Amino acid sequence: MAKRVCMGNEAIALGALAAGIKVAAGYPGTPSTEIIETLVAVRQPDVKVQWSTNEKVALEVAAGAAYAGARSLCTMKQVGLNVASDPLMSLSYIGVKGGMVIAVADDPGPWSSQTEQDTRGFAKHANLPVFDPSSPEEAYEMIQAAYELSEAFALPVFLRPTTRVCHASAEVELREPRPAREAEGFEKRPEWCIFPALSYRRHGELEVKQRELARRFDAMPFNRIEGGEGCKKGVAVSGVSYLYAKELIGELGLDVRLYKIGTPYPLPEGLTREFLDSVDSVLVIEELDPVVEEQLLIAAEGKRPVLGKRSGDMPWNGEYSYELIKQALLKYLALPCEEAEAEAEELPPLPLRPPVLCAGCPHRASFYEAKIATKDCAKAIYCGDIGCYTLGNAAPLNMVDTCLCMGAGITIAQGLALAEPGTKCLAFVGDSTFFHTGIPGIINAVYQGTDITVIVLDNRTTAMTGHQPHPGTGRRALGDEAPALDIETILRGCGVRHIAKVNPFDYEKAVAAMKEAVAFPGPSAVIAEAPCIAHIKKPSTAHFVDDNCIKCGRCIREIGCPAITPDETGRAVINGSLCTDCALCANLCPVSAIKRGEING
Amino acid sequence: MVKSIIIAGVGGQGTLLASKILAAAAGAGGLFVRGSETIGMAQRGGSVSSHLRMEAKEVSPIVPGGHGDILLGFELAEAARMIPKLRPGAKCVVNTDRIIPTNVALGKGVYRGEEYLALLKKKYPDALFIEGAPLALAAGDIRTLNIVILGAAAGAELLPFTEAEIRTAIRGCVKPKLLAMNEKAFALGLEAAEKRWRERKQID
Repeated sequence: MAKRVCMGNEAIALGALAAGIKVAAGYPGTPSTEIIETLVAVRQPDVKVQWSTNEKVALEVAAGAAYAGARSLCTMKQVGLNVASDPLMSLSYIGVKGGMVIAVADDPGPWSSQTEQDTRGFAKHANLPVFDPSSPEEAYEMIQAAYELSEAFALPVFLRPTTRVCHASAEVELREPRPAREAEGFEKRPEWCIFPALSYRRHGELEVKQRELARRFDAMPFNRIEGGEGCKKGVAVSGVSYLYAKELIGELGLDVRLYKIGTPYPLPEGLTREFLDSVDSVLVIEELDPVVEEQLLIAAEGKRPVLGKRSGDMPWNGEYSYELIKQALLKYLALPCEEAEAEAEELPPLPLRPPVLCAGCPHRASFYEAKIATKDCAKAIYCGDIGCYTLGNAAPLNMVDTCLCMGAGITIAQGLALAEPGTKCLAFVGDSTFFHTGIPGIINAVYQGTDITVIVLDNRTTAMTGHQPHPGTGRRALGDEAPALDIETILRGCGVRHIAKVNPFDYEKAVAAMKEAVAFPGPSAVIAEAPCIAHIKKPSTAHFVDDNCIKCGRCIREIGCPAITPDETGRAVINGSLCTDCALCANLCPVSAIKRGEING
Repeated sequence: MVKSIIIAGVGGQGTLLASKILAAAAGAGGLFVRGSETIGMAQRGGSVSSHLRMEAKEVSPIVPGGHGDILLGFELAEAARMIPKLRPGAKCVVNTDRIIPTNVALGKGVYRGEEYLALLKKKYPDALFIEGAPLALAAGDIRTLNIVILGAAAGAELLPFTEAEIRTAIRGCVKPKLLAMNEKAFALGLEAAEKRWRERKQID
């Protein structure tokens, strides 16, 4: 055993290694990304680690490995599970041979996600058990227990951490990683093929397993009743809220009977009964959906109140916190809230600081050029997608009119084009998103002959999640060389007839190419190719504003580059330590006052 | 006794590495550490903060309001934003360099640097304010600002670790080829804090 401070995602990866996994597959997505990244960093021999094309692919790859008897891990963020839900729903019927854990990170808040969906509800929907860690050290233990459970029940098992577990850190007692357990090999039998007759039988068996799982969970250390002997005020808590509640109970000396739930679906059968029988009422503290609450409501059979979201005592949306839970607990226990908190001190107004495209980001140039290229169109709609470039929505670019989910820009644009003939519909898609779910939309546009222009923002990386490789980068997860799939060739193979490739920092040419593509009748594409600014060494030169500046503010107003701010007189000033010398601003200056110079010159 | 540290800054300033270094120093010193990071969209130039809590097993990974003992502010407005998180009498090291958000440059929102500075000075009279950017640039890269501030915190003896413990943690967390630059940044921050300390003593 060795003690180390680990981030939650690191603990999950190390726990999977301690369980002897042989295959791990995932698609990057905050807050799940660092699970695979840890496996990449550890480089455990004989463990196959991959960034898959998308989550459906990752889940199927992990399932295949588990069919052969290997232990496998599949990782994604919560919305990724929507993509993977097709194989998931059938897999719960087919089952696995080797242990398989699906680690899906939820994002209450949400901080970096489209939705606040709850994977615990998804687990229930798929009739699969789910572990809900409260901390990194618990996640480390849980994933190992999850592999045992998966093999005992021949079912894939969910591990559902949230942002505050994934990106929290704590000291974890680590065991030695086990050598990857050799797969026994795939055994041919009819039950690997899903057919209606098998599904009917398996559905029945699956429902029986739910009850067996609920009983098995009684004995798990992650589920327990703490303190409050004789106290009739029950509190049930799942996930990181357990730590908030524990701090409060300790700090304020609260007397409650605490039911700590580590397996929110299915709820432990006997322990839940024991808890309910010992209290007069229950307050349920869980982020996102009332998964525990609804099961407790059913189990309580109306004999005692179960308070939570349905009763209006806890909020449905947003992240929970120490402060929020403090108010809820004090109210539930009919204790006075401190007055001092009400009169929080007035702070001077602080600026909002939303995320922005980096200084020198090639997407800023591409967006601005697309805006200029379409300025004479009667109406143009800019469909965005998921990635750093979603930030193109912010002022002053305002170049993301729609954003829905991975790959949707290309297809939403087609629907808009059908409904509004004459409107120019552009879709922006990043390179990783293009491979993830962009390609079927391209094929549809060609097949249907729908007139859209797709701008592929190709920066050769999955930037937003921290620069993971993808099929176009020529590298695999572990850094080894791979064939680099060429986006232009794929577009051509899909039948796109008008394709241009531009460097977004070649301003005039890029604008001209985009104009031409937009004017082309039928599906067209422009590949704006320039590496992510985080991937290139900062040059020793930058652009600077000279004395000719007429303080018109155009360079600031048009592109919103974080390196350019006005000084107190209104003159534009470029911060040399941020400027990457991309020169986009120099194209906009009406008096050519922005010029290249040495940073230390 | 739980000790809570908050590191506040702007995405890209390296709060994550600074907190990793402090967690490593704490872990090496046998303290149980629990913490939390901002990872995701906010890393692209948004407000970010790292939280570290020491000697506390069953506590929130995020510092609750009014519980912060130590603030390392990498940017002036972001430091001021953390005031509600701090205890009265909290110890602070604040970089006074200002990073003006793009929306303020566009005229949407205000940045009242002098007011933030005055309020921090009023509330935390012992706080150490330094201009970190010139020191980071002198070390070789603006991205070493995080280590400059760690050096200043060590020099002001704010942290529950020794200078040597932090230096060891830096060696364990920084890429070998960037180590020399970061060690220089640490030394510059340390020196600036010690100098300020001496000046203050003379005034007293």
